Amino acid sequence: MSLADKLVSSFLAFELDINVQSPVHNIRTEAIKEFEKLGFPNKKLEAWKYTSLKNVLKEDYTIFSKKKNVLEFKNIQNYFLENTETYKLVFVDGSFDPFLSQTSHDGVDICILSAALTKPVYSKIISKYFNTSINKKDSLSLLNTAFSKEGVYIHIPKNKILEKPVEVIHFATGNEATLMLQPRNLIVLEKNSQAEIIETHQSLTSNPIFTNSVTEIFVDQDAHLDYYKIQNDNLTSSLIDNTYISQQKKSVAKVHTFSFGGKLTRNNLNYFQKGSYIDSIMKGITIIDENQLVDHHTLVDHANPNCESHQDYKGIYSGKSTGVFNGKIVVDKIAQKTNAFQQNNNILLTDKSTINSKPQLEIFADDVKCSHGCTIGQLDHDALFYLRARGIPKKEAKALLTYAFANNVLESVNIPSVKSRIKKIIANKLGVDLGFDL
Amino acid sequence: MLSIDNLHVSVEGKPILNGINLDVKAGEIHAIMGPNGSGKSTLSSVIAGNEDYEVTKGDIVFKNENIIELAAEERAHKGIFLSFQYPIEIPGVTVTNFIKTAINSNLKARNESEMPANKMLKKIREKAELLEIDSRFLSRSLNEGFSGGEKKRNEIFQMAMLEPSLSILDETDSGLDIDALKIVANGVNKLRNKDNAVIVITHYQRLLDYIIPDFVHVLHEGKIVKSGDKSLAHELEEKGYDWIK
Repeated sequence: MSLADKLVSSFLAFELDINVQSPVHNIRTEAIKEFEKLGFPNKKLEAWKYTSLKNVLKEDYTIFSKKKNVLEFKNIQNYFLENTETYKLVFVDGSFDPFLSQTSHDGVDICILSAALTKPVYSKIISKYFNTSINKKDSLSLLNTAFSKEGVYIHIPKNKILEKPVEVIHFATGNEATLMLQPRNLIVLEKNSQAEIIETHQSLTSNPIFTNSVTEIFVDQDAHLDYYKIQNDNLTSSLIDNTYISQQKKSVAKVHTFSFGGKLTRNNLNYFQKGSYIDSIMKGITIIDENQLVDHHTLVDHANPNCESHQDYKGIYSGKSTGVFNGKIVVDKIAQKTNAFQQNNNILLTDKSTINSKPQLEIFADDVKCSHGCTIGQLDHDALFYLRARGIPKKEAKALLTYAFANNVLESVNIPSVKSRIKKIIANKLGVDLGFDL
Repeated sequence: MLSIDNLHVSVEGKPILNGINLDVKAGEIHAIMGPNGSGKSTLSSVIAGNEDYEVTKGDIVFKNENIIELAAEERAHKGIFLSFQYPIEIPGVTVTNFIKTAINSNLKARNESEMPANKMLKKIREKAELLEIDSRFLSRSLNEGFSGGEKKRNEIFQMAMLEPSLSILDETDSGLDIDALKIVANGVNKLRNKDNAVIVITHYQRLLDYIIPDFVHVLHEGKIVKSGDKSLAHELEEKGYDWIK
């Protein structure tokens, strides 16, 4: 039985475990029907031309984790930010772990979707936002919707500035021989509110893990979102991240995606501008090797006038790794004075590494500024000699140049412990013991 | 300290140096002069270990060790320093971070522990002052947007920080106005002692008014065709290079 068939037939079992009377359940039922029609995406689809899921989908994943593993904080504390007070939402093999988490209902809601979907107090927010922004033709988002049950629920009311960042970590422990996870997250920032969120998926096992995540984020007028995705998972884990961000006027939503690990990582990052004077910022650093694949598909829908979008993605590829960058920008007819900027710079360190970079601009307004640039190159040979002539060994010299290449993406990281963590991962990934302290 | 014996060097199969012999002892300053294309920069790059050049024949012995097979960084660890004719711009790496990394790499290669931060800072301040370098300059990206003079001063600053045994100054005077030239020359002179040596590579005699050489060699078509004392430099300035050929 194929994984798609297995998932469809598992839906009945899933229904035994949830409240089928809730209005959300109609959404799930519709979604599984649509998924059954579409199936998983394949390389015939334009959006999946460079990324094949074949190797990920061939495993016979456990869909509902049965065995429970308990994690002790001391064994996993390295995965949390150092010296930083945070709210914590920790999931272990798909289930919420209250002992490792630090939630809040004190003027804000930082808790879990299973509660939000079932408790009446949240029903207004759920019916207003849940599943309203996803692409109803995207089979992976539909699949996640069908099995939506658990994940992050964050609601920041009007004028509230979250004083601590929220750390979200999804652990996989290897309790099952193979495991598929489908976290579903809903994040709502009301007018003039602010929040910082850090999301990590971390497998603690070499068992195959496949995560198909959907995150819906709503950023109301004048609100500020600062979101960090730290993707440094091990080589038997794959992640499909579908993130949908809807912004109202004068809001700012910034997403940094740091992709260093995983077997296959696909980031579908979608922005919808629903008002004027919106700023949408996407930044990324990808450093991969061996047979890793990282695919960034961004979409910015400029549907209103006077908005901006900024995209800056850097990629460094070695081994036989493959990178994909596809940046789609749509500027509607009414979206005059749009300023859309897109930049994708890549370094190929080996002959066998590949980058497929594609800007995709669909512009229907006439008074706009849209720029895009893509570069693919190698490390500067002369610069390498310059560093080595000063006594910096080849490996460190390469690392320093690589870091320098990606460095400007780190400048916009506002949380110092996130920045130092990324620097450490980069040094580790490049196999050097350099602090990169500037 | 440095002994070059019958050195032949090619780039992409084309011979550039055709049998160079040169002996440099501790405490000496040697000037290598010559017209454009005579192989001056090739010689300095080869001594520093640039792998783009192929040594087809001959030896380079530094401190009694043949260094022909050594990588650029290993030569640096042994005390060879090249001041680049065209210092490379490296956006994203500050001058300070660069020099810290370089110094600690050298210490590590010699099995010594890293320089403590306060000592490093003190040394950076001291050497920056020697070369009249503004402290703000040190937090800028290496050579990025630097003027010609700033780049060259930064090279000598690095030399002052690394304290090499042998410094090769490749056309350090090019792109410098007279004030910057004096600062650079003053820096080089202050760093001189009986244990180190300097090779000044230049097209013009101008720099040699400030850094006085013990020996002057004229390079032509990849060979040293004439050697003498500092008066040779003046002679070249007056007569040009044609009479040498």
